[in-house]
Amino acid sequence: MSSGMPTDAPAPGHSHERILRYRFAERVMHWIAGLSYVYLLMTGLAFWSPYLFWLADLTGGGPIARFWHPWVGLGWCVAMLWMYAAWRGDMRATEADRAWAKHLGDYIRNQDENLPPIGRFNVGQKQFFWIMLYSGLALLLSGVALWLVNDIPWNWRWLRYTAVLVHAVAALLTIGAFILHVYMGTAMVRGGFTSIIRGEVTGAWARMHHRLWYEQMKSAAEK
Amino acid sequence: MSQATLRIQKISGHAGPVPGQGMQREEQVCKLVDTTTCIGCKACEVACQEWNDLPFAQTSFDNTYQTMPSTAWNFWNLIKFNEHPKEDGGFMWLMRKDQCMHCAEPGCLKACPADGAIVQYSNGIVDFQQDHCIGCGYCITGCPFDIPKFNPATKKVYKCTLCSNRVSQGLEPACIKACPTGCLHFGSKDDMKDLAEKRTMQLRQHYGFENAGVYDPPGVGGTGVIYVLHDITHPEAYGGLPANPSIPWVVKLWKTPLKILGNLAMLGGLIGVTLHYLRFGPKVVEETKNNGEKRP
Repeated sequence: MSSGMPTDAPAPGHSHERILRYRFAERVMHWIAGLSYVYLLMTGLAFWSPYLFWLADLTGGGPIARFWHPWVGLGWCVAMLWMYAAWRGDMRATEADRAWAKHLGDYIRNQDENLPPIGRFNVGQKQFFWIMLYSGLALLLSGVALWLVNDIPWNWRWLRYTAVLVHAVAALLTIGAFILHVYMGTAMVRGGFTSIIRGEVTGAWARMHHRLWYEQMKSAAEK
Repeated sequence: MSQATLRIQKISGHAGPVPGQGMQREEQVCKLVDTTTCIGCKACEVACQEWNDLPFAQTSFDNTYQTMPSTAWNFWNLIKFNEHPKEDGGFMWLMRKDQCMHCAEPGCLKACPADGAIVQYSNGIVDFQQDHCIGCGYCITGCPFDIPKFNPATKKVYKCTLCSNRVSQGLEPACIKACPTGCLHFGSKDDMKDLAEKRTMQLRQHYGFENAGVYDPPGVGGTGVIYVLHDITHPEAYGGLPANPSIPWVVKLWKTPLKILGNLAMLGGLIGVTLHYLRFGPKVVEETKNNGEKRP
């Protein structure tokens, strides 16, 4: 939802130019999803490996972690659903993406001057979004099956087997995506972390990372 | 119960070595159930309820001699009944005492994520420790015999303990004590196998049960409960005893190769982003007047 507007209006191109990248509701939903994911990650990893079971102690003990994990998971799913409704348009692959993807090596090596211009989200952000969304769906469905501890009859035990496998594989996919997302959002792409907290980026940041979106915002503001 | 008299050899969800493992010589104990001499009196069911002080479970009548469809969190010992048609047009009643098999390689223990919620003693008894159970129900997924049962009120899982609290005091399990026909025996695994083999030979030679055999399934490493069956080629006829039980392959895949692969991938991801930062560093936007134009 490309609803950013220059908020305090110095001259365009001025280094103090500020552009709204994430609306308040977008930030709130991102952080509901993010914080609940961290809880799900901690408790889930506790159940994943005996060497990480101490994480269950940090989150209130095994039975408490077991009790809250599915409920927090539902909360995460709601936030994910909201983000899907808000961002699915922005997350579709475009022609610009295909051109950009050919220069992925330049992006990794921080040779951003070689990158073609890109819209509000780049290919990596879009892929992160879709991996989280589809894995989230798999986690929800398998999680519900795991939640019904006592209600799956013996003849349906294949459902238990499928659920444990799907839940683990989907969770691992989200963990891989999550590691990259946190690294890129905090350490690698400076300015990204503040944008998801207070919502704003500088004009220069928008021009460098999301040129097409920047120009779109500018022309929208000039009308 | 006190664990002091029962040395532990396997612990569920446990990191590191098992304290006390191999510190004591202890014989494998075993329960022998001779289905050919069971009369279905259910004294073992009552003795189990009595000794373990379980609140009585609701029974149901399904036109057979079976007390209820399957074991329950508060009913660990169930005589499974089957009216089995014979080839000559007659039928025979098959009675099999169903309970935890106390596998040498327990699927419940392998699947359990909670440290110490399931233990295997060096005498072979697989015991649930409800104070460490988190109620996830993965043991139900891991068991090939449909034995662990969830209690929604306590959110813990329960099953036959092989009367570990009696065995640790040198007593036989309550069900054995109650059996009036001598179809239940208890002793060392070797003795019980020996007794079972003698009985099957008797069945084959003197009673015309050519397929009589001992059920001690190798797929789970052998069990701490073994059966003498009239027909070892059709164990399913005995209330759904699986012919070749093993830990579900999904559980094995999930708990070993997938876990190793997943841990390596997670570690690889963390190392990868660290190396990237050390090699390439951050993307910093130069807030200069050229303002994101191509850098010089």
